[in-house]
Amino acid sequence: MTVSSRVQFARTATDLVETDLSVALVYAEISGQFFGEVERRHPDRVVNVGIREQLLVNVGAGMALTGMRPIVHTFASFLVERAFEQVKLGFGHQDVGGVLVGSGGSFDIAGGGRTHQAPGDVALLDTLPGVSIHAPGTAQEVDAVLRRSVGGSGLHYVRVVEQTNAQSFPHAPGRFHVVRRGAGATVIALGPVLDEVLSATEGRDVTVLYASTVRPFDRRGLREALGSPEVVLVEPWLAGTSAHVVADALRDVPHRLLALGVGRTELRRYGTAADHVRAHGLDATGLRRSLDGFLTPGHTTLDPGRRLACDLAATGARRCRCSSVGRAFAL
Amino acid sequence: MNEIERLMTLMTGDEKHSAAATSTLDVIRVLYERVLDVSPETVGDDRRDRFLLSKGHGPMAYYAVLCSRGFFPEEWLSGWASYDSPLGYHPDRNLVPGVEIASGSLGHGLPLAVGTALGLRAQGIGARVVVLVGDAELDEGSNHEAIELAAALGLDALTVVAVDNRSSSYAVPGRLEQRFVTEGWHAVSVDGRDHDLLEKALSHREIGRPNVVVAVVEEKR
Repeated sequence: MTVSSRVQFARTATDLVETDLSVALVYAEISGQFFGEVERRHPDRVVNVGIREQLLVNVGAGMALTGMRPIVHTFASFLVERAFEQVKLGFGHQDVGGVLVGSGGSFDIAGGGRTHQAPGDVALLDTLPGVSIHAPGTAQEVDAVLRRSVGGSGLHYVRVVEQTNAQSFPHAPGRFHVVRRGAGATVIALGPVLDEVLSATEGRDVTVLYASTVRPFDRRGLREALGSPEVVLVEPWLAGTSAHVVADALRDVPHRLLALGVGRTELRRYGTAADHVRAHGLDATGLRRSLDGFLTPGHTTLDPGRRLACDLAATGARRCRCSSVGRAFAL
Repeated sequence: MNEIERLMTLMTGDEKHSAAATSTLDVIRVLYERVLDVSPETVGDDRRDRFLLSKGHGPMAYYAVLCSRGFFPEEWLSGWASYDSPLGYHPDRNLVPGVEIASGSLGHGLPLAVGTALGLRAQGIGARVVVLVGDAELDEGSNHEAIELAAALGLDALTVVAVDNRSSSYAVPGRLEQRFVTEGWHAVSVDGRDHDLLEKALSHREIGRPNVVVAVVEEKR
């Protein structure tokens, strides 16, 4: 039976603790409902630090200093954004490894508002050297990437979100899967955006590449797949996060790049993840509109900020007394 | 001038050393000369005692003691903080043998020490973890997360030595020790210049709860 990505994370992490004495699981209340049993069985290796996220990360790093392999988990907003210096220094600067598992992503907790939304997590971690960043697209991919990352070495970030793809792909870090081959543009789907990308590109003669591991990024795979010199990047976190890697991969190839993702404007909206996917133009309709603008000669593409404002206006958004929202709506 | 002072002079070129450089000197000397079970031969041994210098500022005394114990050659000292030197104003575990953590940003060493103590306990290793913090460093809230958890989990392998030179802004007399006591730590306050008292306090390992030694030194001016 298929389970959610987060439940799969908990099951796999539990199994890894049960089967490998060097594995520790450190968490900060979040997901505690899944860990009661394994924590009772292995109290020395499964540690709930309470609502203490700075400590969470450095406890994991301290265990790594003694040779253990820690899995460190809470919501992405608290793991990566609140405790970023601990990630940078506790793991990065000490040069010890571990597996950070952030749940929630950009808008799993849409109803929780901005405090629980972390579209900047991948961009932040991308400022650190040598971090492997994974965005598994299915529960099966969560299981595979977690086992590989915990069994391997170095520092990994596994982004576990509820948005999923229909199809699972074998774990192949640093390698793109060619999902569809065409003569035209190359559309890169990173993580759980593939279904929308496939739907949006239906009937278009484009290549679609997919990867759940986004760092390392398959520069060679991109060059080999390139048909017409147009690249569309679709990532479910901050738009443009991987644009610099594409630019570097194609530094000697004249090309055009459309980088789609979560916009920078703070929506100040609740609702569901689907609402936010739509608002950021990452649903099939929004992606198709962006592709039309980018790939059709003579068509103009709105810049992401302006497009976001248009999308909001189109959803019949109410006028808000809050001045910042008012500005965002002022076209 | 004693041996440690001679080595420090190689770094500073100055026979009179700043307060930040010397406030930790006696604590670190006592730890390496009388308390910790670690040597250049055992730096890679899982069972070694660990000393974590959380307060990475003013590391000259630390470098001088490590050098005098044979962890690295004396020639390293004279070029310290230059581009080619492994010795910086803040120490890096990846560059200096015997250094357990890379520090400098305040409020990281004690949380790392809690994780280290947990890692050792999970592996059934009885070694001690001693972490040096400054009284002003305890302004950082991250320490308080660690102080609470260490007591709750009964981490008796852990000893905090808090060098108190009254440099914290908004300090309240007695607060430092009391905060640890409130959380259930075994706490003792000693003269941070008295080697015998320091040895006695730092050698004590309370069963079932973590230890803090407040080492009181001259007020920072």
